[in-house]
Amino acid sequence: MSEPNHARRFATLWIVSTIIALPIVLLWVGPLLGPPEGSVQAGDQATTMTVMALIATPVLLLVVLFLIYATIFFRQAPGAVLEGPAVRGDARIQTTWIIVTSLMVLSIAIYGSVELVGGNGVGSGSGPTPLTSPSGHKVRVQVIGQQWAWTYRWPEYGGVETPHLVLPVNENIELNVTSLDVIHSLWIYQLGVKADANPDVNNIAYVKPTHEQTFEVRCAELCGIWHGAMFDHGKVVSDAAFQKWIAAMQVKFAPATKALPPFSLTYLPEPTRRGG
Amino acid sequence: MSVVAKKALGVGLAVAIVGVLIGLYVANFATSFPTPVASINSPVAGGGSNLTLETVAAVGSKFSPAHPAWVSYLAKSKGKWVHTTIFQVPAYSVIHVTIYQFDSPTGLRNPFLSQVQGTVGGTATLDGKTFRSIPAEEASHTFAVPELGVFVPLAGVPEEAKNPCEEAPCLPSVNDHRTITFSFRTGRKGRFRWQCFVPCGAGYLSGNGGPMQTLGYMDGFIDVV
Amino acid sequence: MTTTTEAASTPGPTRRPLWRRLLGFNLLTAVILAVVGYYLGWLLGHHIGGPSYKYESEANENDVALMLAYTGAVVGFLVGLGFANYPVSRLFGRPASLREKEEEGIGRYFGLCTDHKVVGIQYLVGIGVFFFIGGLNAMLIRLELLHDTPTVVGPNQYLTIVGIHGSMMMGMMTSGILGPFANYFVPIMIGARRMAFPRIEALTFWLLMAAGFVLMSTIFFGGFPTGWTGYEPLNDQAVMGMDSYIMFFALVGISMTLLGLNMIATIITMRAPGLTWSRLPIFVWSVFATSALMVLAAPTLISTLLMAALDRSINTSFYVAGGGGSSYLFQNLFWFFGHPEVYILALPGFGIILELLPVFTRKPLWGYRLAISGMLGVSLMSFFVWQHHLFVSGINADLRPFYMLSTEIISIPTGFIFLCFMGTMWKARTTFSVPMLFCMGWAFNFLIGGASGVVLSDAPTDTTLHGSFFVMAHFHYTIMGGLVFSFFAAIYYWVPKMLGLTFNEMLGKAHFWLMFIAFNSTFMPLFALGMAGMPRRVSSYAPELKGLNVWVSISAFVLGFSMLIFLYNVVYSLIFVRKRAEANPWRSKSMEWQVPTPVPIENFPPGPIPSFDFDPYDYGVPPSPGGGAQPAPAGA
Repeated sequence: MSEPNHARRFATLWIVSTIIALPIVLLWVGPLLGPPEGSVQAGDQATTMTVMALIATPVLLLVVLFLIYATIFFRQAPGAVLEGPAVRGDARIQTTWIIVTSLMVLSIAIYGSVELVGGNGVGSGSGPTPLTSPSGHKVRVQVIGQQWAWTYRWPEYGGVETPHLVLPVNENIELNVTSLDVIHSLWIYQLGVKADANPDVNNIAYVKPTHEQTFEVRCAELCGIWHGAMFDHGKVVSDAAFQKWIAAMQVKFAPATKALPPFSLTYLPEPTRRGG
Repeated sequence: MSVVAKKALGVGLAVAIVGVLIGLYVANFATSFPTPVASINSPVAGGGSNLTLETVAAVGSKFSPAHPAWVSYLAKSKGKWVHTTIFQVPAYSVIHVTIYQFDSPTGLRNPFLSQVQGTVGGTATLDGKTFRSIPAEEASHTFAVPELGVFVPLAGVPEEAKNPCEEAPCLPSVNDHRTITFSFRTGRKGRFRWQCFVPCGAGYLSGNGGPMQTLGYMDGFIDVV
Repeated sequence: MTTTTEAASTPGPTRRPLWRRLLGFNLLTAVILAVVGYYLGWLLGHHIGGPSYKYESEANENDVALMLAYTGAVVGFLVGLGFANYPVSRLFGRPASLREKEEEGIGRYFGLCTDHKVVGIQYLVGIGVFFFIGGLNAMLIRLELLHDTPTVVGPNQYLTIVGIHGSMMMGMMTSGILGPFANYFVPIMIGARRMAFPRIEALTFWLLMAAGFVLMSTIFFGGFPTGWTGYEPLNDQAVMGMDSYIMFFALVGISMTLLGLNMIATIITMRAPGLTWSRLPIFVWSVFATSALMVLAAPTLISTLLMAALDRSINTSFYVAGGGGSSYLFQNLFWFFGHPEVYILALPGFGIILELLPVFTRKPLWGYRLAISGMLGVSLMSFFVWQHHLFVSGINADLRPFYMLSTEIISIPTGFIFLCFMGTMWKARTTFSVPMLFCMGWAFNFLIGGASGVVLSDAPTDTTLHGSFFVMAHFHYTIMGGLVFSFFAAIYYWVPKMLGLTFNEMLGKAHFWLMFIAFNSTFMPLFALGMAGMPRRVSSYAPELKGLNVWVSISAFVLGFSMLIFLYNVVYSLIFVRKRAEANPWRSKSMEWQVPTPVPIENFPPGPIPSFDFDPYDYGVPPSPGGGAQPAPAGA
């Protein structure tokens, strides 16, 4: 019996399964990936995840199908001690592989870079001097991480500090994330924001929520005993509701605001060193 | 004894020793959970329950042989002070908290927490007088349950106090103290953490180490049952 | 009394009386001197620390004392084993003596022995024990994560368990392949009768054992809250148990550096005549690439932790913002070590898999030079990618495109390994023995791990996934699914040579299948948990994630049970049944299988060593001349 043309068989199997899988990934798996699309940035992240899933699909299929194919067709017959063909390499295959994989990863890198720079950081903490920032009006809020709660300070509203975060919808928000003690990380899940809070550092992230919703704020960098318990719920509301809320906060927390130091991008309150 | 029997004995012994070691290891972690203080709440006319706590400057070797110099909370259970920070309170009711504060001031790292939040009426009483906030540098400890929105700063005993309490148990009838009372509402059942927000862990960076990061001293759970 | 003369004319080793053997430089003496050294260090530390450190008297902790105590204990331990004997005796002008305890019986496995084969077996057992301790901690973690609020252990205890699990695994498994298998087989594979530095080789093992005990002792000092990455300033804030972590990784770092150094020196200088670099087994190449990383990256860890120790004990401010330092400094220094570290974990796995494939597929290794360039490429590039751990931490935004590019590029050489894997299996006659099954498992797991790594390397997607369970899934797939599977492949493959005993095949297959299924069942859902918003290292999580966490925990318990099957196999096959293994049960053409079992003490019979002028992958039927050459598979 002549040896079947494994190359043609396997290539067909791979191409056909890729053609079947890609739409499934695009339409069904893709939407499951990524954060809920609560903001422009979260939407970008979700899109990128779908793109990566689409790129990964043929690669994953190639190797997994190969493993299954090899297990079925390239076995040693029971009891036999035959040897396989002594092929040590193939320059064409190797070159093709190098070129294709290089192109794939380079395109991912370029796509990611363009998106990062063009998307104003895509919700990530971009340091004290981000490369780009959204033009026009930005609502500035400072997120203060401390062991073990998040508080939020509003420089444009008299420096009032609030224990919960309420944001106006469809506005560019500039989050200035800093910490009072150890490293924390602000993770606003639904809005796709993640920015580390380092002491004495201002980490800026931009986000633009697209609809009214509640969101979850969690800490994503181990900061001690209550790292997991350091979560909070916030809301995205209409502009009018936001103005009402912040005005009410200014009244409610007037005594606390008087006690606060003047607004600054970073704070180093006492005690900063060991010594009690 | 045959060779097989000897081997079996050896293996059995090894398994037993390993089992004992594993058991000790697991027990070491499991037993360091403070015991919840059950039913420390006494029913109050009109509903609700009481929780009586105290904060001390040094917990003492009787309550904590490992860390006698650490600050700590203690709770009153059945008339005696016990060293635990896990409190059981009923759901959907009002909890009246009394805290006897025996420690000196350290000051708040975030003065925002000098304002009372989340209590019934948004206020608390300090030595009988109602207050909404205290000067930030006078805070000695706080009692905060962030998930329920409760933040209450506890003022410190002034430095010139004549009869400060050195070591737990501290008795309100004997030593200088401040008394803070407040009430808060509980909702659904669950386990909610509470903590102090004053950097009172002396000797640790930012004051947030040691007792601030060990269950049973400045941190605990409110079990709403 | 620890040295036996090399003269072959000595009539058989005479057994010294028991009291004489107990009184010498051995493990018992080592433990006693360790305790003595511990207390000496402690005393010294208290004298230095004293009341001059205000914070110490306030916190009631003396980190100086604990660090010095640990140092004293380790020094005492090593002196007690006999590591100081050679330098001291040379200091006094006594003649050099190379061999330690190589002729004696089973006792040589419990002390300083310069026979690299003994060190290999010591490593295998020692790392195995600590691997199981790390695994036990993992079981405790999953036990806690059955509940969405802290229930079984307190939240600070939980962090200690998480930290011990991570640190133990990372510290031990970096030497997981090089320790047991490279030490045992590299000299044989290259035609040497010993390693370049046999005594240092033994030292690396005992340092690692001492380190394991130091790490476990953290539970007596309050544990540590930082996880295995030890981030500052939380590191500085922690109680005394943090010093155990610092000491652990300092010792591991020293052990790694010396291990790598020894391997490089051996491979470069001690190859047999005729063994050119282009005929070196691929496993030796992977050891070489790994050792380069060990030597260059591990010292960074040691100096980073030295600064952390200084910050903790004498109040310097390297990493403390309030004193002029920076928390970023630690992150950068740690990950400059940390990223090469994970390739130290991955590369030996590549080497094992590619070494085993030709034997079981009966084909030469496909793309030998491509595989080497892949390994060396990974090795080189691993130093240029570390900032991808800091994408969202607020680093200068200009840096991110560069590190995205470099991280994407490193996946290219990694891909070569898969091409060589597939090329070797193409049209092969594969026997699916237990080692081969683990190789297949490796391929699937590392594929998933590597693909998820590409997702993480893109900063926009990393924004969603950093610090979440997705990262946990990624590195467990690459490290556990990759390295640990190749570790077991190596065990099942090489133990018949190392111990001359056969494993039970049924139990081996049961172990593999249960482990593979349970592993994927445990870690695949973690990708979803990460995408659903669960951060790492938490014992409180959103209640909606409870169902998935319960599934993962139960799968993890099954995974732990599969390890028990392995242990049962070990006890059953190696202790009770003890079926002798033939000298070359896998019909391998590699040199280590051509020497008899048990391997002679000098690896080869006396006289000239065999010729190394052969191809270690000389399998397969050469293609017939003219027609009948294998068609090049297209697209694959």
